[in-house]
Amino acid sequence: MEELIIKSSDIKTWLDQIIEHTPRVIAPVKQGEKVEFKSIKQSDDVDYESQTTVSSVKAAAFPRTETLFAYEKEGLNTKLYDVAKDNFVETVIWRARPCDVIGFKPLTSIFNWDYKDELYNRRFEKIAIVTFACNTADKCCFCTSVGGGPGNTEGSDVMLTVLDKENVLVEVLTEKGQKLVDLAKDLFEKAEQSIDKEAVLAKIPAKFTKEQIYKNLAKVFDNPVWKAQSERCLGCGACAFVCPTCACFDIQEDAHGNHGRRVRCWDSCGFSLFTQHTSGHNPRPTQATRWRQRIMHKFSYMPDRLNIYGCTGCGRCSRACPVDMNIAEHLTSIAESSHE
Amino acid sequence: MPYIMVVDKVTVEALGVKTLRLRFQNEEEGNEFEFQAGNFAEYSAFGEGECTFCIASAPTRKGYVECTFRKAGRVTSGLDRLEEGMTMGFRAPLGNNFPLEDWKGKNLVFVAGGIALPPMRAVIDNVLDRREEFGEVTIIYGAKTVNDLVYKEELKEWEERPDVNLFATVDPGGETPDWKGKVGFTPNVLGEVAPKSDNAIAIVCGPPIMIKFTFPVLEKLGFKDENVYTTLENRMKCGIGKCGRCNVGPMFVCKDGPVFCKTQLNELPPEF
Repeated sequence: MEELIIKSSDIKTWLDQIIEHTPRVIAPVKQGEKVEFKSIKQSDDVDYESQTTVSSVKAAAFPRTETLFAYEKEGLNTKLYDVAKDNFVETVIWRARPCDVIGFKPLTSIFNWDYKDELYNRRFEKIAIVTFACNTADKCCFCTSVGGGPGNTEGSDVMLTVLDKENVLVEVLTEKGQKLVDLAKDLFEKAEQSIDKEAVLAKIPAKFTKEQIYKNLAKVFDNPVWKAQSERCLGCGACAFVCPTCACFDIQEDAHGNHGRRVRCWDSCGFSLFTQHTSGHNPRPTQATRWRQRIMHKFSYMPDRLNIYGCTGCGRCSRACPVDMNIAEHLTSIAESSHE
Repeated sequence: MPYIMVVDKVTVEALGVKTLRLRFQNEEEGNEFEFQAGNFAEYSAFGEGECTFCIASAPTRKGYVECTFRKAGRVTSGLDRLEEGMTMGFRAPLGNNFPLEDWKGKNLVFVAGGIALPPMRAVIDNVLDRREEFGEVTIIYGAKTVNDLVYKEELKEWEERPDVNLFATVDPGGETPDWKGKVGFTPNVLGEVAPKSDNAIAIVCGPPIMIKFTFPVLEKLGFKDENVYTTLENRMKCGIGKCGRCNVGPMFVCKDGPVFCKTQLNELPPEF
């Protein structure tokens, strides 16, 4: 669609307009030394220094814990109360990264193949996303290896690219994006034809292709590589919690006497209890089998079943890992392995 | 949102094992509800959570559904505390079903162990209710001890029916002085009984270890993999292919199963 220019100094004014007109704006906010997506009330709250947040922005559509329904026991009877799905609010995600945004694609696939998950869909359709292209990258970034890129516009409604100290390129990509721009029309000018966005973007050389991984995974199910790679894994589940595409969840009861609610909350295939039967039998009894599940799910099962890969190359799992397991390194070694 | 079910009848089957007969609180929902033998359900004790079992009653027996469970964890303990007239949650039907229509005219061999008779009972009763459509029916059912055998009333009934060959067995040491059935592990008894594999389908359900030792016996008896079925159990939460824990390789037990043919199992990694 349209390409515009906004002055860096005007961005704050634009965001203030967005905040004024949107019930919920989520943006990176500094918390101590770390930066996380939070609801903001004023434009000054936004952190523009960080490369990425610790956690992805998936919680905007798939919250860490959400109520499925509430119940109340009265004598022998039980009454159920549905969630008010119409109450989900219009949301703008501000300063997401391309690797965050593209993560909604696999999430949407998971929540819509076969059964359509109304809670996710209702939340997601109310979200508009303003993405900032990446001028820098760190050693954990590998979006280009899984089909993304620092300026990838897929899934965004507006993409901003900082061209220099004064000028920011604004790509208006959808109608939702147009509406956001229309909130402060005067701040934007038409962009010249010849802007080379690529020139200012981070350079992230691809380490492998996802197709290579897919092909090699078919041959390594029983390979000792899983044990070798997961030997130091603590099974803490941090990788899944920060991941933009991990959607595995638990269903739990939040009971208070005779009433309570049933909640859906994030879970991780890295936990030993994730698959353990009541009998004690566990189909994935070791950390190696659980690590294999994580990689296979993202790079083999999801392409097979949903025709999509479950990784955006954001590198969050590697940054969050307390024992410094680097998924890009592991994937590279799988891609390079040839087990004939 | 689960259906609200009223517990109509509680039957104690064995030590720690109960059957709940459930009816829909909302009659209309009950009239509209349909399922197939093999489908499973998520049963909830409000305040404790949900757990997964196959529907233990046959779809041919209208007006109620039954679940049979062993009190083991938090949710089954919650279900165990339910008394007649109390309410619980029910999400169903989930998963696939046994291809009963393809089995018309064939001899059926059921091999079940322990608490795995309930999922099979839905099929057995279904077959018995349409008895003339199927060939010989052989049931081999084993439990650890005589006390652990479930559906004792039905076992008696099946025993008395001339058109059912029932072989109940208990593990060595599990017999009582007046036990008249067989003594021995289920796979061994299957070998002894040696049902014919011509024009026959074998349906196996039991703990992983029993399944593991039963498959080779069936192979010896000449059962081809495409004629051997089982129903898998993996830990589940959602039952609708989202929560990500029941998968065996690329297959979801909750969507592609729980009923699998042996030929399918051969293709899957051993994660069940």
